[in-house]
Amino acid sequence: MELSEAYLERYSRHILLQDVGVEGQEKLAAAKVLIVGAGGLGAPVALYLAAAGVGTIGILDHDLVELSNLQRQVVHFTKDIGAPKVDSAREKMLAINPELIVKTYQDYLCAANIHEIIAGYDFVVDGVDNFPTKFLINDACVMAGIPFSHGGILRFDGQTMTVLPGQSACYRCVFRTPPPPDAVPTCSQAGVLGAIAGMLGTIQATEALKYITGVGDLLTDTLLSFNAKAMTFRRVAIKRQPDCPVCGAQPTITKLVDAEQSVCDLKR
Amino acid sequence: MNIRVNGETQVLEEGAVTVARLLDIQKVESPDMVSVQRNGDFVERANFGSTLLAENDEIEFLYFMGGGACKCQGDSLLSWN
Repeated sequence: MELSEAYLERYSRHILLQDVGVEGQEKLAAAKVLIVGAGGLGAPVALYLAAAGVGTIGILDHDLVELSNLQRQVVHFTKDIGAPKVDSAREKMLAINPELIVKTYQDYLCAANIHEIIAGYDFVVDGVDNFPTKFLINDACVMAGIPFSHGGILRFDGQTMTVLPGQSACYRCVFRTPPPPDAVPTCSQAGVLGAIAGMLGTIQATEALKYITGVGDLLTDTLLSFNAKAMTFRRVAIKRQPDCPVCGAQPTITKLVDAEQSVCDLKR
Repeated sequence: MNIRVNGETQVLEEGAVTVARLLDIQKVESPDMVSVQRNGDFVERANFGSTLLAENDEIEFLYFMGGGACKCQGDSLLSWN
């Protein structure tokens, strides 16, 4: 394929990187990434993946943009209040890079729809704010063999890990089951420094780009945590667990079920 | 007894300390929200009360962290001092 001058100029800083080059850029153009959640984490991921030229980006979120989102969800602007988050995010991604394909899913993820939604994507970015969905993403991605990036933020802290199903430790190797619902109040009670979402989200976006281009070493078998107050980063080695209920030798979780109080049930 | 908790050396004055007691000493209010690694291996939650720590143990507390929905103790998850 003949590459246009505009293409070479747009991606010149990638192409200049020996590890990426034209070949890596073409891999990005051919790649399909699903971003689950168009919130604090999904926002920077969406912007950077669009800017990087990831050819097909899916984005899933049920919610509408609210005023209290704007402190950290940088893909949404004041004018977008009341609009579906996925539409707001799509508009910004296409404004950065009009040649992308952006698929929007204004929906919740649940056991009934996740397989169909994630099928065909090369990589999934977990930017959701609730544990049942985090476990659902883990289990579905492990079963489908789709690599994904886990991300979580709270107050001044963040954590992330990349999972290559069948090769590296999964989220359930670290955290067996979702915490009891009564132990988990909403984010509106705990708070988060807005820029933390950018710090963690850009790490997740970087992992997606590394996976697609094959550059470097992924954050697998490792939980990376940071505390922004002390600005300390810590890597903890995680072993894949032979008795993991989903990725272990004899998995006990072989089909997906929604946790109690699933948002999908509330919707019905 | 000297151990390391999340990379920081901790001196335990008591003799026999279980994982459950360490969570208490470290003022972890919600043990349900933490996964514990001892020398690279996870300790089953059911065994927190029976697993005794030994000299030079490397303990990691790994916290549940959502994209904003999470409950943890204190002001920060990664530092206690």
